[in-house]
Amino acid sequence: MNKLGTIVSFSVANEEGVEEMNRAKTFRQMGFWLMAIIASVLLSGCGSDYVVLNPKGPVAETQYNLIMISVILCAIIIIPVLALTAFIVYRYRDTKDNKAPYKPDWAHSTTLEVIWWGIPVIIIAILGYFTVRDTYALKESPNQAVKPMTIQVTSLNWKWMFTYPEQNIATVNYLEIPAGVPVQFQLSADGPMNSFWVPELGGQIYAMSGMATELYLQADKPGEFYGRGANFTGEGFAHMEFKVEAKPQEEFDKWVQQVKNTTPVMTKEDYEELRKPGLTDKKTYSAFPEGLFEEIVMKHSHGHDMDYVMKKPMPATGQESGNKTDEASSTETHHHNH
Amino acid sequence: MWENIKEFASTFFVTGDPLIYGADVSIALTVVAIVFVLTKYKKWGWLWREWLTTVDHKRIGIMYLIASLLMLFRGGVDAILMRLQLAFPNVEFLHSDHYNAIFTTHGTIMILFMAMPMMFGLFNMVVPLQLGARDVAYPFLNAVSFWLFMLGAMLFNLSFVIGGSPDAGWLSYPPLSENDFSPGPGQNFWIWGIQISGIGSLATGINFIVTILKMRAPGMKLMKMPLFSWSVLSSCIMIIFAFPILTVTLALLFLDRFAGAHFFTMDGGGNPMMYLNLIWMWGHPEVYIVVVPAFGIFSEVVATFSKKTVFGYKSMVAALMTIAIASFFTWAHHFFTMGTSASVIAFFAISTMVIAIPTGVKVFNWLFTMFRGRISFKQPMLWTIAFIPCFLVGGATGVMLAVAPADYQYHNSYFLIAHFHQVLIGGVVFGYLAGIYYWWPKLFGFKLDEKLGKWGFWFWNIGFYVCFMPQYALGFMGMTRRYYTYGWDRGWADLNLISTVGAFLMGIGFIFQVWQIVYSIKRGERDTTGDPWNGRTLEWSIPSPAPFYNFAVVPEVKEADDWWHTKQAMANGTYKKEPVHLEPIHMPKNSGIPFIMSCFWFLVGFGFTFGWVWMAVIGFIGVALSMWARSFQYDTDYYVPVDEVRSTEASLGRVV
Repeated sequence: MNKLGTIVSFSVANEEGVEEMNRAKTFRQMGFWLMAIIASVLLSGCGSDYVVLNPKGPVAETQYNLIMISVILCAIIIIPVLALTAFIVYRYRDTKDNKAPYKPDWAHSTTLEVIWWGIPVIIIAILGYFTVRDTYALKESPNQAVKPMTIQVTSLNWKWMFTYPEQNIATVNYLEIPAGVPVQFQLSADGPMNSFWVPELGGQIYAMSGMATELYLQADKPGEFYGRGANFTGEGFAHMEFKVEAKPQEEFDKWVQQVKNTTPVMTKEDYEELRKPGLTDKKTYSAFPEGLFEEIVMKHSHGHDMDYVMKKPMPATGQESGNKTDEASSTETHHHNH
Repeated sequence: MWENIKEFASTFFVTGDPLIYGADVSIALTVVAIVFVLTKYKKWGWLWREWLTTVDHKRIGIMYLIASLLMLFRGGVDAILMRLQLAFPNVEFLHSDHYNAIFTTHGTIMILFMAMPMMFGLFNMVVPLQLGARDVAYPFLNAVSFWLFMLGAMLFNLSFVIGGSPDAGWLSYPPLSENDFSPGPGQNFWIWGIQISGIGSLATGINFIVTILKMRAPGMKLMKMPLFSWSVLSSCIMIIFAFPILTVTLALLFLDRFAGAHFFTMDGGGNPMMYLNLIWMWGHPEVYIVVVPAFGIFSEVVATFSKKTVFGYKSMVAALMTIAIASFFTWAHHFFTMGTSASVIAFFAISTMVIAIPTGVKVFNWLFTMFRGRISFKQPMLWTIAFIPCFLVGGATGVMLAVAPADYQYHNSYFLIAHFHQVLIGGVVFGYLAGIYYWWPKLFGFKLDEKLGKWGFWFWNIGFYVCFMPQYALGFMGMTRRYYTYGWDRGWADLNLISTVGAFLMGIGFIFQVWQIVYSIKRGERDTTGDPWNGRTLEWSIPSPAPFYNFAVVPEVKEADDWWHTKQAMANGTYKKEPVHLEPIHMPKNSGIPFIMSCFWFLVGFGFTFGWVWMAVIGFIGVALSMWARSFQYDTDYYVPVDEVRSTEASLGRVV
């Protein structure tokens, strides 16, 4: 895959740049093996393990494209400069028979300096344009045609709690989402700051106490993805991995129904139990205490106004993105939020 | 009684891990060995007179250097332990707690107790010599800075065997670092170790700004000043604006922990995000504080070993100053993922990218200094040439990270880890090593062995790429930093093993360097000329090792690279030797107060760490008394008579 190929050529050129100057055979052999190892490892591993480079939804896709744009723009500068370095270091080495010109006092050229102040400015301007464009774009739902679904995410020590306000169900340490539907994640924490990351669906956003941050993700097709906590929260942090399963809408609805019918209700006591530091298995609840997520957010927000803390109004109090056709679900959300 | 003592000891001393018992034993043995040697050879007086009380910038520089190499060892061992734990999936070598403590101390030590003192060591070893000065502006304050750093570092390292190490990450984000989640003395050690040494850093910043602005030899206009001194000026400007933020932030965090304040707590009105902003307002300039002097070193080394004037001097100065200012406007890129408005993110993304422009310009200028020069591959130049490709790639991944929406995918992943190690090792460490190899003969009078140095160089370099290139890939595979373990299922195993191999290669490189130093002390090529590299700036005009007063006669500077032009004039016969007129030299007297006062600061820190207010109070009283004693000390300087100057110069082979 050429995306990794570019990185390989960075490191390869790198070694060459350093190597030109040393003619000792041993070192050259070591350099060769080094390059061989790096190249083989990076090239062999272009499979699905490279989750960031295998986007499975529009958000990750946007980010993947940005990564590629930035790699190409950087390569435009880096590769010629690496080649230039190797050339200069080789050509102007201090040997007796070196015929290359030697100008010990040549130390200024306005033209050259304008060029190398100019080139990075142009590259940065181009990259800056794409960056700003997508920074704004990712604040919106990636799919304006379909009304987003809301899932509330709470980082606890050391487990993830997911509450589905529209369905009034809750899970711990795993997520089920409908494929093809944008999901608006509202993130918070009842403990140290964490970061919610499902690389195949898109980048991460912090989950912080006293605040509700927001992240849109969408899985284009059904599939299984791994999510994880990406900001250190202490002892059990490494175990805060979770599976995300995207299903077709009907199957998702069926799953919700099944959860409603077969699993216990989460009580306040259950939540307090979850809050305690420690690891837990996956859990599923057919209902959760009304307004639990909002309560968690408000508990640490010190009397700030709800609209201030939760930057975006809740679906019921005014939906910005998506259409307002689905009155029924809107009413339902209203019920759970207040 | 006995029971009480036992109970106290079991919480006071860190117990339970064979690694720590091993460390206890080795620390105890080292201390015994040092005490034995000092006593046997009757060296206590020497230690006190020549080193503990010295205000000579060169000796202070050497002590900084020794301390930083020791800390590089400790931080390196931390790194090796982490890489061992991550070499394979599901390794049961370190527990989560232990691993967390190790990555916390690794980061803290490498930045604050390795990079900072190595940098201050180079400042001290070089700047006054380059400026044609006889010492820094405030020699006493300079000693205070060093001892504050040293005692702060000792306090921090003590946490390994007493009380327990901090384990909330090298920047200790709250609320994790607050009492609720990190009770016990570990975080207090972190706060006070950094706090005490940080005050010293601030003082050094002030000291070197004044030195550079006021102590230059006559005729050395700012625009004729060597670029290393320019880089020090840039770095120190950042220090005096950034370090007060650190001091205040740490003080607030300590108030949270000690006095139940609620600046950064989850409840009671605190806001943890405020800490993130504050700590990075210091933390981002901090990385430029350490890398900018490395840029200065490269500028000196490239010109010397290409036998050519540095290209685009004015651009270089402009770039250094632009970086100093711009570095204060990028801090939020360390938490793009905070979920704030797009406008804020966009601003910090662009400002971060903008920093790449002056940095890129510097790379071009170094390349064109070599262009049409004559490059000789001595050790300082090897490290400089290795730096260029390494830093280019590290810089490029930095620009990639600045693309905010893409950063959501890199943040806290091994891609980020690989990036900052590449700029910090490829930039800072390579740069400082180049500087150490370059100026070593000036300080010690002999060169470091080339052959052993080259072995060290290649192990470091190859080890670096083997260690960190796979980590970029691991980032793309979704591996998050600070995982103490992982499973087989993610496909991370191979790359992690390779990375561990690379870490060991770098460790071998370090061992070669230690061997190189020991070997060279006995057998290194002596520098009898004072100018072993055919240098360009004033420090090469005096004998090696430099006499304690530096310059027998303060030089008159006519142009940039003055020593180079003087040598040229000598060679083509246009040099006119001025009659030398020796005068008594005004020098500062040694003082024990910096050392004693810093010991009292240590008591303050230690007392607060364990919540023993009485001890902190004793410490504060001691600090106040030390200052009081100093302010009534009037006999702080003396004159070196002309005869002594003449005989010292003669013993160094110079006739004046």
